[in-house]
Amino acid sequence: MATLTSRNSRKKSLERQGRTATFFLFPSITALALFVFWPIADSLWLSFHHWSLLDPEHAFAGLDNYSSLVKDPLFWKDVRQTAVYTVFVVPLSIALALLLALLCNEKLKGLAFFKAVYFLPVVSSFAIIAIVWSFLMDPDIGLLSYYFKQIGLSSGEWLRSTTWAMPAVILVAVWKNVGFNMVILLAGLQGIPASLYEAAKLDGAGMFGRFRSVTLPMLRHTLLFVLITSITASFQVFDQVYVMTRGGPLHSTETIVYYIYHQGFELLDMGYASSAAWILFAAVFAITIVQLKLFRYDQTD
Amino acid sequence: MGAKMKIWRAAQYALLGVAAVVIAFPFVWMVLTALKPESEIVTFPPSLLPKHWTFDSFVHIWSRVPFLMFFKNSVVFAFGVTLLSLLFDSMAAYAFARLKFRGRNGLFVLILIALMLPVQVTMIPLFIMLNDWGWVDTYAGLIIPRATNAFGIFMLRQFFIGLPGELDEAARIDGSSELRLFARIILPLAKPAIASLFVFHLMYNWNDLMWPLIITNSQAMRPLPAGLALFMGQHVVEYGILTAGATIALAPLVIAFLTAQKYFIQGVAFTGLKE
Repeated sequence: MATLTSRNSRKKSLERQGRTATFFLFPSITALALFVFWPIADSLWLSFHHWSLLDPEHAFAGLDNYSSLVKDPLFWKDVRQTAVYTVFVVPLSIALALLLALLCNEKLKGLAFFKAVYFLPVVSSFAIIAIVWSFLMDPDIGLLSYYFKQIGLSSGEWLRSTTWAMPAVILVAVWKNVGFNMVILLAGLQGIPASLYEAAKLDGAGMFGRFRSVTLPMLRHTLLFVLITSITASFQVFDQVYVMTRGGPLHSTETIVYYIYHQGFELLDMGYASSAAWILFAAVFAITIVQLKLFRYDQTD
Repeated sequence: MGAKMKIWRAAQYALLGVAAVVIAFPFVWMVLTALKPESEIVTFPPSLLPKHWTFDSFVHIWSRVPFLMFFKNSVVFAFGVTLLSLLFDSMAAYAFARLKFRGRNGLFVLILIALMLPVQVTMIPLFIMLNDWGWVDTYAGLIIPRATNAFGIFMLRQFFIGLPGELDEAARIDGSSELRLFARIILPLAKPAIASLFVFHLMYNWNDLMWPLIITNSQAMRPLPAGLALFMGQHVVEYGILTAGATIALAPLVIAFLTAQKYFIQGVAFTGLKE
């Protein structure tokens, strides 16, 4: 009898939990279905149709959008430029962040102040701080342009030059990303047991020896994490390009996301823009797969 | 301390100092430029410090730009998304972490998939949908599509799972309702995780450019980043006004960061996990 009641109450509790779960999940699942999963499916559908906001006809396009995309030299230019951006921003911001993280991992007075300063760009809106940067690089009023001219480095025409606009965008991105990478790497460094350094010291390893034999291998996971997040973020760069150059001059700073934005929301060719978005999706997805593979590989070795 | 050690210390501080100057420079220049009269900003050669200090730009920005409107939109948008998302994220996370029901694992896989989808792919269909609904250029259009966040659900679930299971059992034996268990026992225990997620949502939305750029088309609906970026496109010459605007727009998060560093660093680390 007693067991029957307890079984009954257990069953009741499970029923109640099921009802509660429905209630608790309903808002989130509805929102995700409407605003994430449906749009993803719709985006794929769009990419196979001629869909312009200006034209009520949405004719089936087959692979037209994709084939015009592949034939568009501007798309490939933007892919190349996104790659160049990534190739410079990712290693530079990780290397500088590692240097700062190593310094911040020492026992020094006043570190809290330095860490707070390094973090300022991370909490700031990229769009807004990019406004400040483009003024700094302005040939007429920009203090930075002026300093550079004083030491004979450039004509000061940073953002108006097809040669120098991209390096300027890269510089600002490195400046912005270093703090974030530093925080993550510092957390990784603090997780390395001091005993490993002691042991290496006893073995006669110098400062660089300890860095190579202890720090780098122990930091491998953190570095990989920072690498992957930096690469995916770089593939999706948009804000500072939009604010500082609007992709110019002469498309020299356009990136893939800028291309999607321009085709979809300025030229209103949304089917075509969707096909470009799916190419980006494939690239980001490939990186994610590589990431999963690498992490699994790491666990087994 | 040996001489060699002293030199090494000095070198370390020199490096830290150089990095701090380079990183702080644009912020310092921004504030100092906002404190100069416009005539002095355009004087050649430019200088870092103002000769005449003035608050003119900070006064004029409210009338030259619909700045109060931008600010209000930023507050409504960023806090609206943050509060709504915290509520729905934590409810869903609670169900996944502490309730037994059929289809739990299948649904959770959906959350993990949502976590991996880049926002740029959903942007175009979302715009078309919200346009059909008449939600473009409204707060509803800005806020509701972000009412829940797969990452928020994922993160809070991990935290809720870590809480001891005896909590629920004891509460259920006492006959307390699930809602009470969630609101009175689980949520208060999750305060640190909620605080970090709060910072994560607030920062992400306060700073976001692209979503408001797409979903709003009148100046009256724009939050600060989109509003100022577009104002800059039309009036490049008003340096004092724009640097003052940038200073005010950045101030809330910078001040919040300086007072609650721990939660910010945690919240920012989430950004990396999310992308």
